[in-house]
Amino acid sequence: MLINHPLLGPRDAAEFVVKGDAALIGRPDGMTASPQEMHDYAYLRDNPAGTHRELWYHEQGDRSWLVVTRDTLTHEVLDVALARDVARAEGRSR
Amino acid sequence: MRYSAWQILKEGLTGNKGWKPVWREPEPKAEYDIVIIGGGGHGLSTAYYLAKEFGVTNVAVVEKGWLGSGNIGRNTTIIRSNYLLEGNQPFYEHSLKLWEGLEQDFNYNAMVSQRGILNLIHSDPQRDAFARRANAMRLSGADAELLDREGIAKMCPFLDFDNARFPIQGALWQPRGGTVRHDAVAWGYARGADERGVDILQNCEVTGIDIEGGRAVGVQTSRGSIRAKKIAMCVAGSSSRVAAMAGMRLPIESHVLQAFVSEGLKPVIPGVITFGAGHFYVSQSDKGGLVFGGDIDGYNTYAQRGNLPVVEDVCEGGMAIMPMIGRARLLRMWGGIMDMSMDGSPFITKTDTPGLYFNGGWCYGGFKATPASGFCYAHLLAKDEPHEVATAFRLDRFMRGAPIDEKGQGAQPNLH
Ligand SMILES: Cc1cc2nc3c(=O)[nH]c(=O)nc-3n(C[C@H](O)[C@H](O)[C@H](O)COP(=O)(O)OP(=O)(O)OC[C@H]3O[C@@H](n4cnc5c(N)ncnc54)[C@H](O)[C@@H]3O)c2cc1C
Repeated sequence: MLINHPLLGPRDAAEFVVKGDAALIGRPDGMTASPQEMHDYAYLRDNPAGTHRELWYHEQGDRSWLVVTRDTLTHEVLDVALARDVARAEGRSR
Repeated sequence: MRYSAWQILKEGLTGNKGWKPVWREPEPKAEYDIVIIGGGGHGLSTAYYLAKEFGVTNVAVVEKGWLGSGNIGRNTTIIRSNYLLEGNQPFYEHSLKLWEGLEQDFNYNAMVSQRGILNLIHSDPQRDAFARRANAMRLSGADAELLDREGIAKMCPFLDFDNARFPIQGALWQPRGGTVRHDAVAWGYARGADERGVDILQNCEVTGIDIEGGRAVGVQTSRGSIRAKKIAMCVAGSSSRVAAMAGMRLPIESHVLQAFVSEGLKPVIPGVITFGAGHFYVSQSDKGGLVFGGDIDGYNTYAQRGNLPVVEDVCEGGMAIMPMIGRARLLRMWGGIMDMSMDGSPFITKTDTPGLYFNGGWCYGGFKATPASGFCYAHLLAKDEPHEVATAFRLDRFMRGAPIDEKGQGAQPNLH
């Protein structure tokens, strides 16, 4: 798989570490969330067959976090964005 | 028909005309006591033990492809009971004991071969960890020995003992570990279940789970709808997809593990060798091929095929620890989809929906579990109580703060 890094262009997938479902960006507030909400966030996954948005960390590169949208049935990479931009658009972070 | 040396002789002398198909190809009935979704190793062994040990024979195994098309026919066939934690080790030792009597029990040659498994040690902390594991194994009644370099060299003189990065300092050795002919396990259990009245329905994909008044009452399939008093999910890598039909989200991600086999060679590798530090393990099949593998690819997938970086990584690991394999040619490689759980341990459990049961989360280690998984799942289905060696495999263990995290990696399935 080639990951089309928004800043660096096409990079070998082997340079990355995969963290999993990009829904992890939406962490509940640990001070107010219920134990059930924290459990669901930490342990449950949609794990879809088809389009999946996931967090990839460019460990062997510029160490940026990316949101890679990929088809889990074909391995086709559909979209790549900086996780920072995605998180901001979702109202996370500053 | 009972298989025996006498039968082989008789058939040999009479033109092999008397062999019969090993299981029937029945049409689905409208209703069963228990429908098992998934005709892999675990689904078939569950059906077998339900019929044989618990007297429940009005059972169907519903398989979307052909028997053995999933991981039961894709794995690298290693059996062992060298786990550490209390929730796991007694279960895997129970499984190894069942393997030891399996061929007599189901009258089928599964080529159970206890040729031993060697886990290599490269540092003092690793030796401490393996010593602790060996003690845990012995406490559960399993066998375990720590070997020094000389002990390993007697068995495996071909290893690169003075490897610059990972010099070999010792090994954990379980003589009762080994390999089993994986397809034969599926066929043997299928035959034994079929003989006792279980319907094995191939090319029958479950497309929906019917829930009425909060209770699971049947399944929709590509061969019509089937009602059942109990529905037992047992679909390994497809666990999340099937559970979603009942509105469940699971603590599971699906990942691919690749495996490789070389051309046939004369016997060179005595047992199973694992080089965990280098992401490589190997055994030699009875046909002579070196069967080997390494880590999962690491990204979610249902594609049943992996990518080249892992191929390179596995082959490098092999070359590092046993350079002699460099001249063997790679014959085939393939991938299977694994249900990687959040703590690396499995589930054999009821669900929140009455009538619906779940078996899954076997990661890349479910082949060795096939007999005990089926036995314990059958126990749960027949008695509605967990078997004593499978009480920890519940879905609510994360909520209760009781994960069974062998590797201590936390909720990161691609690291287990
Ligand atoms: C490359 C590789 C190497 C491995 N090596 C080892 C090893 O050395 N030792 C070890 O202990 N374990 C190993 N494993 C793990 C082991 O193979 C699995 O954990 C185990 O086989 C899973 O249980 P199963 O046999 O029931 O799965 P499967 O054989 O995959 O059975 C699940 C079945 O469910 C069916 N199914 C799915 N969806 C549906 C549906 N909707 N309707 C009907 N049927 C459905 C599938 O077609 C499949 O046949 C390995 C796995 C792989 C991929």
